[in-house]
Amino acid sequence: MPITFMETPVTDKILLAHGSGGRLAYDLIENGFLKPLHNPLLAKLDDSAVFDIGGRLAFTTDSYVVSPIFFPGGDIGKLSVCGTVNDLSMCGATPLYLSVAFIIEEGFSKNDLEKIVESIRRAAKEADVTIVTGDTKVVNRGCADRLFINTAGIGLIPAGVNISGGNARPGDRIIISGPIGDHAIAVLGRREGLSFSTSLASDCAPLNGLVAAMLEVSRDIHCLRDPTRGGLATTLNELARQSQVGIRIEEDSIPIRDEVFGACEMLGLDPLYLACEGRLIAIVPLEVAYAMLAVMRRHPYGKAAAIIGEVEAKHSGTVVMKTTMGSTRIVDMLVGEALPRIC
Amino acid sequence: MKLTSEFRNSKLAGGLLDQIRRHSRRHVRLMEFCGGHTVTVFRYGIRKLLPSTISMVSGPGCPICVTANADLDKAIALAHIPGVIITTFGDMMKIPGSNSSLQEAKGEGADVRMVYSTMDALAIAAENPSKSVVFLGIGFETTAPTVAASIIQAENLGLKNYHVLSLLKVCPPVIHALLDSGQVQLQGLICPGHVSAVTGFLAWEFIAREYGIPCLVSGFEPLDILQAIACLVAQIEKGEAHVESAYRRAVRPEGNIWAQNLLKQVFEPASANWRAIGAVPDSGLKIRKEYAQYDAQTKFEIKTAPPLEPKGCRCGDILRGVKTPADCPLFGNVCAPQSAVGPCMVSSEGTCHAYYLYGDPSD
Repeated sequence: MPITFMETPVTDKILLAHGSGGRLAYDLIENGFLKPLHNPLLAKLDDSAVFDIGGRLAFTTDSYVVSPIFFPGGDIGKLSVCGTVNDLSMCGATPLYLSVAFIIEEGFSKNDLEKIVESIRRAAKEADVTIVTGDTKVVNRGCADRLFINTAGIGLIPAGVNISGGNARPGDRIIISGPIGDHAIAVLGRREGLSFSTSLASDCAPLNGLVAAMLEVSRDIHCLRDPTRGGLATTLNELARQSQVGIRIEEDSIPIRDEVFGACEMLGLDPLYLACEGRLIAIVPLEVAYAMLAVMRRHPYGKAAAIIGEVEAKHSGTVVMKTTMGSTRIVDMLVGEALPRIC
Repeated sequence: MKLTSEFRNSKLAGGLLDQIRRHSRRHVRLMEFCGGHTVTVFRYGIRKLLPSTISMVSGPGCPICVTANADLDKAIALAHIPGVIITTFGDMMKIPGSNSSLQEAKGEGADVRMVYSTMDALAIAAENPSKSVVFLGIGFETTAPTVAASIIQAENLGLKNYHVLSLLKVCPPVIHALLDSGQVQLQGLICPGHVSAVTGFLAWEFIAREYGIPCLVSGFEPLDILQAIACLVAQIEKGEAHVESAYRRAVRPEGNIWAQNLLKQVFEPASANWRAIGAVPDSGLKIRKEYAQYDAQTKFEIKTAPPLEPKGCRCGDILRGVKTPADCPLFGNVCAPQSAVGPCMVSSEGTCHAYYLYGDPSD
């Protein structure tokens, strides 16, 4: 049956769900930001804006409000570098320069700030980017929750690379670079009032090295996207809509760690909607898919990469999944707020 | 044994499906009572795998969906009382009452916190001695013992600022009411799994005896459901009606006596208001007089306007199994998860939500 979506917000207040990467967030971006600020670069809604100023530049920004700020496998500092590096990488750009801006709540521990800055330094070193500008604001107690970080970054796009969420074509294969949901569960496990013991670490990592290795196999990568808020399901839906194609995935082929599966069962979450901070989804032509997969599996951040499905001409804008039972069902975007402030 | 993979084994599922297809002759309508079962049925596309002789209908087993608007309005009114911290399971946040939801109340400045356990609510009460912490007791026999335990623990800890708004319900009386209404004809019932872990599967024996309907208690994995359906078909084709458990790893005939005693200690049966079904005698759990100081209903004067029901919403008929979401004119266009008109579209165990989220791609 045809399903249409309400465009008008049902409340005149911003809800946490508006920041969750799901349907409400999508509506806010479409109607609240994109319409009044409309221009062709913004309208592409890719992870970075790409434009030509004597070389093709990618430019992006992101703010980080994760709680808790230290979590297994990373902290808000590492996240703020990796997130922006990854947004640039998802356009095929080589990340070059980053800005870092801190909004610090009065009373925040200097020692913790030093740890976070050190973690920023290490992440920048690994990603081979330079932090070239920054800003600091301290706000009254209660006006921010300990520490928020904004980073922006620019990168250069090599010739012959044209990666966009709108480029998926029927017949393309869909690759995920590793198990999904590690970041969300690692952060949730440390959440106040929800502590459960897990050996999981966040997957938070800079992916520019992996993308560079992939581009050496072929420059003909159609789409790259990191499944952060809203997870694999929401990201695939965005790609299906942007490219006006259908996407079919197979439940059995999606890598998910037992610990993530177990935590999801316990908490009533669906791993398809869990955020990753060091995974990417690649949509590539069939001809290069298996060579790409082999190279990804040799890279430290792509060891468990897997082909999880393909792009189809039918059911445009929709993601369907063959379940482990052999039946099929629709996989929708995240609706509302699943887990606030995990990035 | 890995519970997460082996109960989703596609080969074993194929075997059970063959068995169902081989034995099913009569055209039958089976109800899965529980919202958790509805989600499994849709998430794994089970309806589409069944032979055409078997149709499945979803029941009222989603505690959030069956919460009456008048009760939701009470919870929202409580949230707006200064000095009150509302603690609740996450699903309740988004459910629309007559005019608002807890999520909107939170957006307007009310202190509403999501917890995963009643013990977290107690911790919040201990940390905020100058505030009143109210836990919204929504749920069936599965959740009710944890609410009872929190009241006993509050007493042990001497916490005077912890209260429960008990909207807790028990399942057998409402099945009675549904079947007595004659509105829904069933040939088999898949009984709730975790409710039965507390009540025991003998709690459903009356359905087989009084109504001649075979009853199968099931777990929540796809193989559990398929096994329950296979057993129901076997009983139906043999013309039998009795209670069986296809969830022996969790459910005993007599249930969890310890939890049952806990419920008896803290609560007494009372009439409860079910959305669209109305007042069902003895289907609610009221906090006993001995624990009245923990009862939010006695502690606070809660003022609400008469409840309003959303126009055109068919959640009621859907909860009773009389209609499916496809019969509702609002479904999918006016009513969608981000703009839900009725609770069945909001709750993650709601029938409309499952239809919408996992809908049939061939439709």
